[in-house]
Amino acid sequence: MTEPVEFEATIRSTLVEAQAIQERVVREMEQLSFSARDMFALRLAIEEALSNAIRHGNHQDDSRQVHVSCRLDDQKVRVVVTDQGDGFDPAGVPDPTEDEFIGRPNGRGISLMQTYMNICEYSDGGRRITIERDRNSLLPHKEE
Amino acid sequence: MAKSDRRIDIEDINGVTVARLLEKKILDEANIDALGQELFALVDKDGRKKIVLDFTLVEYLSSAALGKLITMHKKTGTAGGKLALCSIQKDIMDVFKITQLNKVLTLCKDLDEALAKVE
Repeated sequence: MTEPVEFEATIRSTLVEAQAIQERVVREMEQLSFSARDMFALRLAIEEALSNAIRHGNHQDDSRQVHVSCRLDDQKVRVVVTDQGDGFDPAGVPDPTEDEFIGRPNGRGISLMQTYMNICEYSDGGRRITIERDRNSLLPHKEE
Repeated sequence: MAKSDRRIDIEDINGVTVARLLEKKILDEANIDALGQELFALVDKDGRKKIVLDFTLVEYLSSAALGKLITMHKKTGTAGGKLALCSIQKDIMDVFKITQLNKVLTLCKDLDEALAKVE
C-alpha cells in the first residue's frame, strides 16, 4: 500500500494561488495513478471550492486567507477548504437547474461539487467545506 | 494580436463562423475572461450571426467558462443569430448534462451537425 500524501497550504485570496493548489492535487493524483475521470472530477470540485472561498467567502479581500488541507491515498482524495468569511447557509442556495436560474452565468459550483464528490459537506457555518472522492468513483450519475 | 495569444481560431464555412477553441484546459480567470472577450467580439464587434464553437481540443472547462458560454448564447440570440457547440468530449458533455445546460445551449455531435443547426 502506498504511503498517503498529505499537505496543507494557506493562500491569499487570489485565484492564481488557488490554481496552483488545484494543479498540485492533480499532479499528486497522477503520481498515485488515479484515473483521468477522477482527476477531471477533483479539478472541477477543487476549483469550485476555492473559487467560492475566495469570491463569496473572503470577497477577494487580500487580507483574508484560505486554508487548504489535502490527503490522498490509494483509495480516495480528500480536500478541506476553509475561508475567513462570514459563512453562509448552503441550503439557501437555489438549484441552478431550475428554470428561473438555469440561464444565469454562475451559481453552479455547489451543485457540481455535490454531483462529482462522494462527500461534500459544509461545516463551521459554511466557512469550511470538505470534499472527498473515492478512487474510480462512478459519480457523476446523470439523467440521460 | 499575435497568434499565440489567441484563444480561438476563426474559419468561415459557407457564411457560418466556426470558432475553434485552442486551449486544452480552460482554467484560469484571465484566460476565461480573454476567451469571453474574443467570443463576444464575434457578435458585438464583427456582427456575426451564425456561429459554431468547436470544442475538439478542449479537455477541461471550468464552470466560470460555462458562464461565458451562457452569456455568448444570450448575446447571439439578442442579435438575432444562432449559436451551436460541437465535438464536445465526454467529460465536458457530462458537465453540460448535469447542469442541464444541454437544454439551453445547442450541443451537436460534430461540425456538420452544428453547421446544419445554424444555417
